[in-house]
Amino acid sequence: MSPPRTTAARDSVVSTRLAVQLRNGYHVNSNTPAEDYLIPLGLTWNVSPLEVREIIYPKPKMEAYPFSTKPLSVYTGDFEIVTRFAVPARAPLGASIVTGKLRYQACTNSACLPPKTVEVRLPVDIRAQ
Amino acid sequence: MTTLTRRVAAATALILLVLSGCSPTAGERSGARAVKPDKDRKEAPDFALKDADGRTVRLSDYRGKVVLLNFWATWCGPCKIEIPWFMELEQENKDRGFAVLGVAMDEGGWDAIKPFLAELRVNYRTLLGTDMVAQQFGGVEALPTTFVIDREGRIASTHVGLASKSDYENDIKALLAQR
Repeated sequence: MSPPRTTAARDSVVSTRLAVQLRNGYHVNSNTPAEDYLIPLGLTWNVSPLEVREIIYPKPKMEAYPFSTKPLSVYTGDFEIVTRFAVPARAPLGASIVTGKLRYQACTNSACLPPKTVEVRLPVDIRAQ
Repeated sequence: MTTLTRRVAAATALILLVLSGCSPTAGERSGARAVKPDKDRKEAPDFALKDADGRTVRLSDYRGKVVLLNFWATWCGPCKIEIPWFMELEQENKDRGFAVLGVAMDEGGWDAIKPFLAELRVNYRTLLGTDMVAQQFGGVEALPTTFVIDREGRIASTHVGLASKSDYENDIKALLAQR
């Protein structure tokens, strides 16, 4: 997955949005699941010229499912995860690719799929100012 | 980094969590059907998996018994609903030639599985699954997936996703009645 190239100036903060679409009828656990045994959604970034300042997950939905006695903290449909990167003053100029991983585990009302990890690739063009 | 922080361009990435290949869709309950007629049953693949004590268990060890083979994982909510049913079914029918085998598909292995088994006080044998065994059984893409196997080692019914206890009871009753 390769989103459009981002232009980032040295000594600034860049916000990127990772848009996720789930097929109808599926949910993934949020980054803060309601039960310990559930696998959270998680976005991680590998070491790069950019420094991760903050990863902001959307507010989860609390939904009831037939297999749980209490509502679960989930995401459904379309949602976005925002990452704020700091661009150091001495970041190398030019094009580079920031890579990361999105781990998730999806279920329907009656069945679950194994956890998966997909690679995220963010092309970045670092400029002086 | 200066004190003046600027926000610059925002890039939007799109991930389509394509979940194709998974059999059940929301709300669907599959496999809630009677056992197959004898002529339509296929031999269950044999396997050799380790149990929680490190002993090798083969499906063929259970030839002559009706076996409920349940693929599950600790992170699977619907699986947690079925496990107490299987414990009851094992207790009720073990003297009549019935056994439950759980196949746990956790990446974390026994470190993840054992505390879960202890918490739920699971009374039947649990094995650590492998991708190869899952492939032998058709991929087992969604959990829970349960196969009910007759005394001759043939798959008599398959349940993908959360079924009902009565589905299993009916299958087991029908197969135990066959000699």
